[in-house]
Amino acid sequence: MYVAVKGGEAAIDNAHRLLAETRRGDPAVPDMSVAQIREQMRLLVDRVMTEGSLYDPDLAALALKQARGDVIEAVFLVRAYRTTLPRLGATEPVDTGAMTLSRRISATFKDLPGGQVLGPTFDYTHRLVDFSLGDGTAPEPAAEAEPAADAAACPRVTDLLGRAGLLEPSPEDLGAPIGDLTREPVDYPADRAVRLQALARGDEGFILALGYSTQRGYGRTHPFVGEIRVGAVELEVTPEELGFSVGLGSVDMTECQMINQFHGNGPVPPQFTRGYGLVFGQGERKAMAMALVDRSLRAAELGEAVVVPAQDQEFVLAHCDSLQATGFVEHMKLPHYVDFQAELDLVRRLRAEHGARALEDPVQREAAE
Amino acid sequence: MPSASQTPPDPGMPDLAMRRRAMARAGTATEGELREALAQAGLTPEAEDLRAPETGLVMVRGRIGGDGRPFNAGEATVTRAAVRLPGGETGFAYQLGRDRTRARLAAILDAHWQRPEARPALEAALAAIAERRAEAAALAARKVAATRVNFFTLARGED
Repeated sequence: MYVAVKGGEAAIDNAHRLLAETRRGDPAVPDMSVAQIREQMRLLVDRVMTEGSLYDPDLAALALKQARGDVIEAVFLVRAYRTTLPRLGATEPVDTGAMTLSRRISATFKDLPGGQVLGPTFDYTHRLVDFSLGDGTAPEPAAEAEPAADAAACPRVTDLLGRAGLLEPSPEDLGAPIGDLTREPVDYPADRAVRLQALARGDEGFILALGYSTQRGYGRTHPFVGEIRVGAVELEVTPEELGFSVGLGSVDMTECQMINQFHGNGPVPPQFTRGYGLVFGQGERKAMAMALVDRSLRAAELGEAVVVPAQDQEFVLAHCDSLQATGFVEHMKLPHYVDFQAELDLVRRLRAEHGARALEDPVQREAAE
Repeated sequence: MPSASQTPPDPGMPDLAMRRRAMARAGTATEGELREALAQAGLTPEAEDLRAPETGLVMVRGRIGGDGRPFNAGEATVTRAAVRLPGGETGFAYQLGRDRTRARLAAILDAHWQRPEARPALEAALAAIAERRAEAAALAARKVAATRVNFFTLARGED
């Protein structure tokens, strides 16, 4: 229960002034620009965009600066800013098959048209702290090579495997309305499109832990990484006043195609099933975890028993949003004086009753004496 | 990768396709590049606002599995502008981000682009911008290409 409390205005104002000064840190150290955060803390910016569910690198970088680097606080700022803006429309669905790739790997197929391209990755680094980064040394320039002839057209791995019928096809677009959880509350059972929207903006740590749980045996789905691709996709909208589509520019996204163990029933021969992940920026861990959880949430659809948390839609979707979670957890620190006063009164009364019963009970009285 | 200057304005290209290309190119241009493009065409960045530049959201959609049913992946900030020239031509801009000045300049450019006498100069300026973008993209592609894995199979013994 919330109770109106007066007082503390001056303390609050001064706390915020102290916050501003503390945020700035030692004034002898140069102030950090938003552009520096955007460029050099890019994966953090990407995470705030993904979980804030708003692509705007400068805004996410500014939010991180304001939040002193607290991801969930930055997500809060981005989500709050979002509510001040009108919705102007929706893009055509992005074509990830036509992505300008900066990275593309498959753990299932070695020889792919277009090849395996590592791009800027932490994979295969030794995870030794690089002390030279501390002294501002410029990095060695990136190597260059002539792109191979097939580099321009890199079909999704799932398109290749799908042609052979070994892989279940993606759910067909029948023109049904697309659920939007920012407009309507989630109804259970939730449609896969709504689940993916929720997972995309869900907390990386939570989704990661759930994905991990499926690998450890809580709803095993035997996953393989069919493909991870990172790069730029073009956005297009068709404004009503124009009547034709216009290019908005491109955004960076990460897509993960998870391939999972077989399913087949009746007339359908056994085939691999799939989980899908798509996030803003370079967010492989999140895209992979999302794909794992997407697949496990399909349990009912694929005739699997729903027995573990990662298969339970309501458990996953109702708890994956970091902002909702932190709102409910953190509100506990706000004044609950009257609530607690009521609880205090109750516990005092119970203790008094307990004491009175003890006096009446000969065994307890004896023990007390 | 063919550079933009090597793709001359196609006389057979429909007007609408050319306008969309011009709008898309203007959308990637910086404020400075847009001002320069207008100046090179002897134009001033002045027009009447049909609608004041406005920042809003578009819902970015993806497809389940990459090629299936659409879903809402998350939003992006977009700024739009609509202007009218004294001659009555209207210009529009829709672009990612929150830069109202840039969107308004792009809309002015779009309006002027529809005037046959201004189009060649604007097309030339936009082609130069597209060429710069293509060069940057080609360099990025070269750096990515250097990280391509060339597998080789190790000898497997007696088989």
